[in-house]
Amino acid sequence: MNSELMTVNFGPQHPSTHGVFRLRITLDGETVVGLEPVFGYLHRGSEKLAEERTFTQVITLTDRMDYTSAMTNNQAYVLSCEKLMEVTPPVRAQYLRVISAELSRIASHLIGTGFLINDLGAFITPLMYCFRERERILELFEMLCGARITLTYMRVGGVFQDTPAEFWPALDSFLTDMEFHLDEYESLLTGNEILLSRTVGVSSITTDQALNASITGPILRATGFDWDLRTVDPYEVYNRVNFEVPTGENGDNYDRYLVRIKEMRQSLSIIKQCVEQIEPGKVRLDLPFLIRPDSGEAYGRVESPKGELGFYLISDGSISPYRCKVRPPSLINLTLLNEMIVGWKVADMIVTLGSLDFNMGEVDR
Amino acid sequence: MIRQLNSNEIIKLLGKDFDSQSIDESKNELYVSADQLTNVCSILKNTKQASFDLLTCISGVDYVEYFQVVYHLTSTIHKHSCVLKVNLFGRSDLVCPSVYEFWQGADFQEREIWDLLGIYFEGHPNMKRIFLWDGFEGHPLRRDYLESPR
Repeated sequence: MNSELMTVNFGPQHPSTHGVFRLRITLDGETVVGLEPVFGYLHRGSEKLAEERTFTQVITLTDRMDYTSAMTNNQAYVLSCEKLMEVTPPVRAQYLRVISAELSRIASHLIGTGFLINDLGAFITPLMYCFRERERILELFEMLCGARITLTYMRVGGVFQDTPAEFWPALDSFLTDMEFHLDEYESLLTGNEILLSRTVGVSSITTDQALNASITGPILRATGFDWDLRTVDPYEVYNRVNFEVPTGENGDNYDRYLVRIKEMRQSLSIIKQCVEQIEPGKVRLDLPFLIRPDSGEAYGRVESPKGELGFYLISDGSISPYRCKVRPPSLINLTLLNEMIVGWKVADMIVTLGSLDFNMGEVDR
Repeated sequence: MIRQLNSNEIIKLLGKDFDSQSIDESKNELYVSADQLTNVCSILKNTKQASFDLLTCISGVDYVEYFQVVYHLTSTIHKHSCVLKVNLFGRSDLVCPSVYEFWQGADFQEREIWDLLGIYFEGHPNMKRIFLWDGFEGHPLRRDYLESPR
């Protein structure tokens, strides 16, 4: 039976849009029959601002893109700068960057998982479990650089400063506890009947669809395709550590959740290996305060928690980038929203938005 | 490792039936004219030796004398990547063919370039502003949009 179609504005101020995201959805009863995403509520013109700032100052702008994992944003940007200048940071700095980026990945996946379960109706409790562990990561970041969210820890040619003495024992105890906490989440969630019935088979996409839409990160890997820039195009010290790339099978909401949980385990293992391998040394190259790369261009990319995060930098030999284009994984991962959501109920749409784990700071920049 | 192809290797992939008159050779990127772009992308996407199945990034750059659209392509099968560049001259009514038919991932990226730089992508099914609202005047990422505050 068909009823009259109704157009509803979903967002921008809706808790499950994870920021200020607006969807114009057409409903037939409870079923979504059409949808149009509306972006731009958090557009701050980061790319334009970058053209007015020095190469080092731009790092602070990258913090504010994906604010749940500022470390990987810093990393992508400084790697592009280093590619542009053809310099390599000291090995200790590379280890510190990998450790902090993996901590950031865990922090971001915790938010992704927590909010997914929150959107499923398990109000607040699982989210607070996830925030409990995230808090400890933020404390580790505070030891590294004094900030918790907008970190600006990495610099072109290294990192801001060497680690304080209390960082290593704190990291060690976090690694031990996190293993247990992951088991705890899994015992509560992975086999949970409500989670299974709401997510298995919902909004699934195939590998071909995902690749064609340039989708990367956990969403692509959940379709069963092994594509992780840390293994296919290793940067920094990722070729010195062993880890697996978790993949799903069906590319549905459940697989995306599962891939994130498994990735957190792999991140823990990467950090452990880095802690074993890291040696004392310099953490920063002696570069001038105002960096002036030769005119040229570079595209640097990292595997951020959301997918491939790239910076396309063009220099004209001055102290600020001529153009600083960001390849935002969160925005591009939303390309298939129509294919994922149309045909499902409104309640499933909420879950799908949760499982896509996008961040509006990065979508709108 | 993902290997970046140089222009000679890309031309080799494009094959004999491709008119190489309109191509400038340079080191790591291939300059393509706007009318050739659809042809080039079709060959790069569909031939077995090329198989560029992942459109990584589309960027627009304002070089004042001309605009440039830069395509970063990756092949997940052969683990190689390439860079295509299209130069568009003039400051108004800029039109570039859309690559949406080859890679759906071009959807939001092309809309973003239209929104912020004012390059219209012909053939895109939903070519409208993405971040700014309809009726916004000008394209803010252009170099002449605002005088530098400093």
